[in-house]
Amino acid sequence: MIPPQIWRPLGILLAILLIYLGVRSFFVPATFYQYGHFRGNSLATIASRPVQYAGKKACMDCHDTIGEKPYHSKHKTVSCETCHGPSLGHVEDPSQLPSLKPTNKEWCARCHEANNARPKTFPQVVIARHYPDKDCMICHNSKKLEKKP
Amino acid sequence: MAPNINPAMMEALQHVKGYIFPNELELQWGILIVIYPYLTGLVAGAFILASLNRVFHIRQIEPIYRLSLLTALAFLVIAPLPLLFHLGHPERALEVIITPHLTSPMAMFGFVYAWYLMVVLLLEIWYDFRADIVGFSKTKTGWLGMVYRILTLGFMDTSEKSLAVDDKMGRIITIIGIPSAILLHGYVGFIFGSIKANPWWGTVLMPVIFIFSAIVSGIALMLVLYVVTGRARNTPIKTECMDAMGKFLFYALVFDFALESLDWFHRFYEAEESIDILVLLVSGKLLFSLVGVQLILGTLIPLTTLGLTQVLEIPKKPRKIMYFWSAILILIGIFAVRWNVVIGGQLFSKSFAGFTTYKPDLIGRESLLVGSILLIMPFIILWVLTRFLPPWRGVGKEISHSS
Repeated sequence: MIPPQIWRPLGILLAILLIYLGVRSFFVPATFYQYGHFRGNSLATIASRPVQYAGKKACMDCHDTIGEKPYHSKHKTVSCETCHGPSLGHVEDPSQLPSLKPTNKEWCARCHEANNARPKTFPQVVIARHYPDKDCMICHNSKKLEKKP
Repeated sequence: MAPNINPAMMEALQHVKGYIFPNELELQWGILIVIYPYLTGLVAGAFILASLNRVFHIRQIEPIYRLSLLTALAFLVIAPLPLLFHLGHPERALEVIITPHLTSPMAMFGFVYAWYLMVVLLLEIWYDFRADIVGFSKTKTGWLGMVYRILTLGFMDTSEKSLAVDDKMGRIITIIGIPSAILLHGYVGFIFGSIKANPWWGTVLMPVIFIFSAIVSGIALMLVLYVVTGRARNTPIKTECMDAMGKFLFYALVFDFALESLDWFHRFYEAEESIDILVLLVSGKLLFSLVGVQLILGTLIPLTTLGLTQVLEIPKKPRKIMYFWSAILILIGIFAVRWNVVIGGQLFSKSFAGFTTYKPDLIGRESLLVGSILLIMPFIILWVLTRFLPPWRGVGKEISHSS
């Protein structure tokens, strides 16, 4: 006969294992393994979220004169909403202005802070040492966004 | 809305040398991931030292056998915390257990950990302390007595026959426990060793080096704890126990050092394209922590000191002092090993053309403060455990027999 000091702790371990399996069957979402190692329904959840971005084309419908300036400049690959923020709300209701109108230098630093990982031909400066008390736009013309002083 | 630019990253950019990829600027694994393998290593090391007594009948280290088991438990309880702090979102922590991904070594940790905690350590401690628990359940009252009574699992027999069953079960679990302890820490080494994109980590020797450094750190920790607890309890510190631990510590360190050297010989002889950046890493960014702390302070000095105790007839008192301070240096050295592996592997660019930098924060979720708390907590838990289940031989049994 198996002594109690063997089957009792082993019984507790077995009970923990069974509880684990029970908890698992309860907590694993029904669609979890549907497409892979994630909840299948999450695709529908993500797809159902409201669209935020309008796209450059929608901006150009009205702002073709402004839009064309950066289009021919060095910022031509940068979409309007990269700096002005998601603007579908503005497209649908023009009185609702885009969320961002960046003018401070931290904004420029996002792309132009010196970083060895960036291509050498890419314009970059150490912002903290580059006219530290002046805003970028004072010298770099904000209309063309490319002009060098 | 101002753009979210991390000032620490702007600062770090100034310390980049050469060319690095954009995602290499900020280290993904910081001080907490250094502490994590350090803690699991101490768990595995303390357990393997305990098993020397249990399985291989090394009687000299009997005085620290039960303390080693409690130490392993105290450190194992804290071991996942650095990961939790590092990842954040503790509410998601159990998802690796609920929906485990079988190809993720990190997810498998949950099972290795659960196996080691539940099947090995708790069971072994239960069998080893069962007679004491029964004794305390008869003498203690109130909620503490209730806890002891629950822990007896309703089995109060402490006859010679039933104690023999305890002993046999403890032995069987230890035999299962040795490969489990190796699995626990070998797997931590595997997490690094399996990353073949990183030449500092990606070597098959990594799990083996981790295991041996774990054994070294575990023995060193137990040696220090034996002296400290002995002093605190005002009990004599047995020279034969210190001698045995000192001997094991010396040979484990020799083996560990040989393995690490072998790894370096291998790297130099292979001289793969990464060797230049690794040499620059060791002679530059890691010069202090690898050559200074890990090699000289944590390996060569203790090797010499412990080596002297093995070949010279040194009087007892200075010999014990030499063991103690060698163990302290080894504990610092093994911490440097973990630092050099985890941080060192992220300091150089995978383009092999540049270095980034790392300076841990003083306060914050992933900081020196949290790291220090996580390193101190196991000792507090150990103190509580030793109050609850005194590991000093005979304390519980006397109560058991007298009741």
